Formats: sequence, C-alpha cells, structure tokens
Amino acid sequence: MQENDLLGLIGRVRNGSMSRRAFVRRMAAVGLTAPMATQLLAMTGAANAQSTAAGVPAYGGTRRGGGGHLKILYWQASTLLNPHFAAGTTNQDASRVFYEPLAGWSADGTLQPILAAEIPSIENGGLAQDGRSVTWKLKRGVKWHDGQDFSADDVVFNWEYARNPQVATVTSGSYRDVNVVKVDDFTVRVEFPAPTPFWADAFVGQIGMIIPRHLFRDFAGANSRDAPTNIRPVGTSAYRLQSFAPGDLLRAELNPNYHMNNRPFFDSMEIKGGGDAASAARAVLQTADFDYAWNLQVEDAILQRLETAGRGRVNVIDGGNVEFVQLNAADPNREVEGERAHPNSRHPAFQDPAVRQAMALLIDRQALTQHIYGRGGPSTPNFLNNPPRFRSPNMRMEFSVERANQILDQAGWVRGSDGIRAKGGVRLRFVYQTSVNSPRQRTQAIYKQAAQRAGIDLELKSVVASVFFSSDVANPDTYTKFWADIQMYTTTMPQADPQRFMNQYVSWEMAQRSNSWQGRNILRWKNDEYDVAFRAAEAELDPVKRAALFIRMNDLIVGSNHVIPLVMRPTVSGSVNNLRHVLSGWDQTMWMIQDWWRQT
Amino acid sequence: MTQYLIRRLLIAIPSIFGISIVLFVVLALAPGDPFEELATNPAVPPDVRAALRQSLGLDDPVHVRYIAWLTSMLRGDWGYSFVSRIPVDQLIVQRIPTTLYVIGLSQLVALAIALPVGVYAATRPYSIFDQIANTLAFIGFSLPTFFTGLLLILLFSIYLDWLPFVYRTNIEATGWRWWWEQFRQSIMPIMVLGLFQGAAWTRFVRSAVLDVIRLDHVTTARSKGLPEGKITMRHVVRNAMIPVVTLVALQMPAVFGGAIVTEQIFRVPGIGSLLISAILANDTPVIMAVTFVFACLVIFFNLLADILYGWLDPRISYR
Repeated sequence: MQENDLLGLIGRVRNGSMSRRAFVRRMAAVGLTAPMATQLLAMTGAANAQSTAAGVPAYGGTRRGGGGHLKILYWQASTLLNPHFAAGTTNQDASRVFYEPLAGWSADGTLQPILAAEIPSIENGGLAQDGRSVTWKLKRGVKWHDGQDFSADDVVFNWEYARNPQVATVTSGSYRDVNVVKVDDFTVRVEFPAPTPFWADAFVGQIGMIIPRHLFRDFAGANSRDAPTNIRPVGTSAYRLQSFAPGDLLRAELNPNYHMNNRPFFDSMEIKGGGDAASAARAVLQTADFDYAWNLQVEDAILQRLETAGRGRVNVIDGGNVEFVQLNAADPNREVEGERAHPNSRHPAFQDPAVRQAMALLIDRQALTQHIYGRGGPSTPNFLNNPPRFRSPNMRMEFSVERANQILDQAGWVRGSDGIRAKGGVRLRFVYQTSVNSPRQRTQAIYKQAAQRAGIDLELKSVVASVFFSSDVANPDTYTKFWADIQMYTTTMPQADPQRFMNQYVSWEMAQRSNSWQGRNILRWKNDEYDVAFRAAEAELDPVKRAALFIRMNDLIVGSNHVIPLVMRPTVSGSVNNLRHVLSGWDQTMWMIQDWWRQT
Repeated sequence: MTQYLIRRLLIAIPSIFGISIVLFVVLALAPGDPFEELATNPAVPPDVRAALRQSLGLDDPVHVRYIAWLTSMLRGDWGYSFVSRIPVDQLIVQRIPTTLYVIGLSQLVALAIALPVGVYAATRPYSIFDQIANTLAFIGFSLPTFFTGLLLILLFSIYLDWLPFVYRTNIEATGWRWWWEQFRQSIMPIMVLGLFQGAAWTRFVRSAVLDVIRLDHVTTARSKGLPEGKITMRHVVRNAMIPVVTLVALQMPAVFGGAIVTEQIFRVPGIGSLLISAILANDTPVIMAVTFVFACLVIFFNLLADILYGWLDPRISYR
C-alpha cells in the first residue's frame, strides 16, 4: 500500500465516511497490525481521545487519601532527588515522585498531559505548521508543595538551568539547542533551529521534570550542587517529601493541594532501596511485605515459582530495548592508519552477504525465549520494535542450519580438514564478545553450537560489564571500540520516538579514534539509502510518512544481516495482587504515581 | 607510656599516607566512571557525558587528583559524592548509628557466647559439654554469613513468616511496640554476625584458657585451697585474656568488612552497604572515604590492643 492511499483512508476516517474499525480491518488486510493502525489514527489526530492518552487505564480511586501506606522496593537505592542531576534510573524515578513534567509517555507511546493543559497538536494550534516551534499551554492553579504558584517562569527557568554548562546537568542534551520563550504566565513556546518532528523532548518525560525557580534560582551556576533542595525536593506532584536518607529510604506523604481531582489514593508512600533483585521479588510476590518491586532482573522460572504463592503478579511492560548481535562491518584484526576496526576497512568474512545471511540463520531465537529469557525476552526479527506504529511487518526469523550450510556451500566457503569453512585464505573463525551476564553466556553457547554445525567456529569472550560498557578510551575491550568480529548487548530506547534510537547506523556517527569512540554507529556500517532516509525522517512532519521511513531503516539494517535482533527486553516488575498501577515502557516507573490505587 | 603513644601515632602517619596513595591509585586504575548508565542512553549525547566527567575533574591526571583530594582531606573536607552530590562525611555520619547498633550488638552477642562457653569448656576438657560446644563452633565458623543469612530468611521469613527480612529505619510505632519491631527486624542480622564471630572466638577462648590452666601457678593456687571459681576468674581467665584481646581488637575492623555482605542481604543501611553501592556506582570519593576509615580503624585497633596488653599483663612495658 502506498503512503498516498493510506493518507486518503485516514482522511476518510477523520471526516467520518469510514469507521475506525473498517480502517483497522483494511490495514490488517495489507499486513499492518491492528495496534499499528490505531496508532496511525491517533498520531494523525483522527482519534478522538485527546485529554487522556489511549495507553492510560481509567483511575479507580474515588477520593483523595484514605488509601493507607504504599511500600515500594528498589534493589538500587536512590541517592539524589534533582532530576537534572539524576544519572541513573533509580534517581530519576525517585525524583519523579516529587517533580512532574509537562507531559509523559503512556504505554502505547502517546503523550499524556500532566502539567500541560493539553497536548499540542496542529489542530489546536500548539504545533507550528513548519515544525519549528511548539507552544505548551500550562495548567492553571498548580501550586508547588510550599504553596507558591507554578507558572511559565518555572518552565523557562528549567531550560536556562539545564543548558547552563556550569550547572553540568545530565539533561542538557535536550535543552541546549532549543530556545524557550515565555508567551504569557501560562504559555511557553519551544523554538527549534530546524523543522523538528520529534518536538516532545524538552519538558517531557524523564527529561522534562520541572524544578521550582524560586528555590533553585540562587543555585543555578557553579554552586548548583550546594542547593539544599537537591535532596529536599519541593515539587508539584501528588506526594510531598517527608524524609530522605540517601542510599536507603525515601518517604513521602499525600499533597492535600494536588492539582488533579481525587488523587492521590495513598496517604503516604515509601521507597526502600538496596539489596538484590531476587529477594526483592520474594518480598513482593511471596511474602507481600512490599507492594511493588522495580526491575526484576531474575530468571523467569524463579519468578513463576514465586508467583505460585498467589500473593503477587509479574508485570511485563513493552518498550524498545532489544538484545541483538552485531557482525562487525570493519576489520578488527588489521590496523588501517594505526587504528583497529577503522571505518574504511572491510571485514574479510562479513563483507560477503552469504556469510552474514548464514549467521542470521544460525541463531535459534525461539529457544532463547523458551529456555533463557521467558516473559522477559520475546524473540523478534526487528531492531525497531516499538511503539507498534514503527514495527516493520517485512522481517522474518528463521532458524535453519541446513539452509545456512547450503548458502555457504553455494558461496564457495569450503570446509577444511578441521571442519571450519574457508575461502581465499579467510577462515570462518570469529571472536564473539559480550558482557558477563548469565543469560548472555548461555546465548553465546547456543549460538556457538549451531554455528559449529555449519562449519563456523565462534570463540566466546565475555568482558566484565563495568569494563564492556565503559567509555574508557584506554581499554581495548569496550563495546564502543568493538575490536572483535561479533558482539552482543542490549541497546536501550528511552523515548517513544525512534529518531535517537535509529541514529546508531548513520555514517556520520561512526565510533572511531577521532571522536574517542563516542560515535553511536559502533558497527561502522555505511549505507547511503539509510543515511538519506534518516535525514528525511529528521525533517518529515507527516507522522505516517515518518513511520514509513523508520520502518525502511529497520529493514535496511536488519536486511543487511549486519544486525541480528534476538529478543526484546521489556521491563519486568512485580506487584501485589490488589495494587492498581499505571506503568509505561516509554516513561519512568513513577510517571503516573498519582493514579496508583489499591482495590479492596 | 606517653612517649610510646606519641611514637606509635607518629609511625601511623606515614602508613596512613601510604595506604591512601595505594587506594587512590587502585581506584584510578579501575575501569568505569559514575556516568556509566548514561553511556547506553541514546538521549544523552556523549559530549554531555564528557562535560560531566570534566566538571568532576575525572579527566585530570592521577597525581593532580590525588593532591587535590589530599589537600582538601587535610583541611577536613571529605569531598562530594559523585552520585548524590552531597558531602561524603554526611553520608558516612548518617550510616554510623545503624552500623554501630547492628555490629556492636552482634559483637556483644559473640562475646557473651564465646567467653562463658569457651571458659567452661576449657575447665572440663573432653566432657560432653566440651564436645558439643566444639562441634557447634566448627559448624558455626564453617558456614559463611551470606549462607546462614539466606538460610535464616528462608526459615523465619518465608516458611514460618515470623520475621521481616527487609530492615527498615522508619518503624512507625512508639513505646514497647517500637522496641519489639526493632527487635524483630534486627535479630536475624545480629544473630548471623554474632553466631559466626562467637563460634570462632569460642574455639580461641577455649584453647587460650587450656594453655593457662595447666601452668604451675594454677596448681599452686589450687594447693593453697582456693575455691575453684576464684581460681578460674582470678588466675586463669585474666591471664588467658591477653591473646583473646588481641584477636578481638584486630578483628574489629574486619567485622565491618564482614558486615558488608550481611548488610546487603538484610538491606541494613550501614557503612558496608554504603561501600557496596559506592563501588557499584564508581563513586570514588565515597569508596575512598570509607576504605580510608577502615584503614584508620585497623591502625587504631592495633594500637588499642598493644595498650591493653600492658593493663592485662604488667610485665609488658612500653619503650
């Protein structure tokens, strides 16, 4: 189906001459999934729900307070409560208990207004036609926990604060290139230097939490870390601070002046930190000492056993994180201009598409899901999996040792006396590296076995995670250097928009010595069509055309077999049976903490 | 005596200095930085991370960083934690009460077991009591604390559901209820540490007492017709305590180390768990401060043991 046909159909839904259901059916007939179709409608403004994102369930609490105490367990403890300094998930989540952004990302990758009165769109005039600015209307009557009024000045202050190099915030990347203007007390305009389809970055989600101007104004320079409010937050949220012991315990109580009706449900809450994931799972699923446990990186078999106690359940929330294998495009074993894996070099074996195709056929993804990852890792043929509107229907997963052998035979790779194939002096013997992590070592073993049956020898190498994922320029074993033939890790997608995610394969992002291996294209793969598609997507304002571009990019990189996606990595958490929460793979755990309640 | 003390303290200065250099260099050579989590986050451009590293001075050469650390340390400034951006001494001070409470009580438990059991077993060697005490002591110090900790959790928290296994610093109760809750949650970590330590010390006390009980002055005391209880307390135990005091004093800092694992298992927010989380987060100033405190403790307790000798045995003189 062509884009024009698609746009025509969406237009018919919008003006009412076609029902939404009929649209979804038509889409299904041409191979688009139902979630993808509904999302296309939502993104083009044809869906009716605008006040609430489709991915947010209805709130079941009927009045403010009276819900007792909520106990949350994190196996990493929060140490700091300033969202602009929060380097890790735990600190960002803990900050979110007190601070709120203008909008958050719901489970299906659509926006939910929080401090904004509405989500900007072309229809309501919030989005400029040329994509160069977005105007946020702020909610009126919102008060900080200390009674001061929240206004546009606070929003503008956050922009100044975050982009100031002296403050050294972790969020500066989202604020330094935009310009923020106060239109009136309850309206701010974010201006972009170029047409920007992904406009919901600054002031949105984990990057967008707003801190109060009147308390941080005097600490907006080199003295930023002296601010007492860095560990004693005053926000706008449903819960206000009671006490905080860094690295241990965070306590909060109901905010009686919260700006949303009937919220929050609980009178008080706490986040206890520390320990390990397995015992955190136990404390919720088996003994129900706690109500919610974050990020249960525990074998699924263990979780299932704990669930049999009948006290709690495991939540699996889809996101974009994907565990995948990279086949090096550059040659890691030869120095070009004194640099290993130089972008100009070609990998002697992987430059043959037949070898790459064989490698893709040799990993049994179903087995990975069944025997290793369980619910924590559904197998996938795509690199870009979520939100569903960006998921390609064109890729297939196949595991077939026979076909791999066939392809290699045809391509002229002949088995030697030791059973390893070779051609023109190049032997199919590869170093396969990953971080030390039990599921990864088991995956390596499965891959090695299958490869052996096809005459490919994989030498397994595992590097301690703190080394593998470090940016240490002097260390040869980091994943960004990729001085091996094959490597495997999980790449994360913290936003519901794939632009930052898909820049991992553009030619100008190559990791190399000149940029201290900080480029995002670790694979050193170069493809002109990909580059063009990415540039087009950066400026494409039509959400449908843009989705098509990202799908094309996914098909290009996965189709090249330089990237072999294995399993998606949804976030897994545990909660007691009667806890009703709103979780999202595109925002933080606490993104809708005001909507959490308990069913009795 | 005073002269001796001054000399020992002067000797301690270069050793503390040397320790700090070794610690700092080892930490500087270790891979990773506090912003590791940002590395895999595509929303954070690499140069933001580089700027953050620079703002914390992580890109300076090791000797420059060491001198900066040392000079501020000499001025009494322990530095800022990289991850929580609050002064390190505040972090440590927050943790000390819990650590002292849990570790201190466990040491008391250990002594309360080791002294009577060890002495009684030694006065009746190879009796049934001695055999049982020996066997239990062997079992006790053969089982590592992380294992007994998990075992106790499984038994008392999971199967019997009597005791909580997550240590909480905010018990919302007053009066006797507070004490009861506090008792319930700290009994397992205290017992795990106390029994382990107690088992080892029991063996030690027993052999120390056995050594002394055979000596001539004890036989003399007996032939004088002194009551057995008085002989044991006055003539045996006091003499046998010299090696025991050394052991207890020297093990004090090691106990802080042993508590790291136990604190992690029971989520006790003490110094040990602070160290663990700092190591995992590559929070150099905190690791440096905590290990430095441990090093100072070792030196201090060594000195303390030497001074206690003189009190227990007047024949030892300090020169």
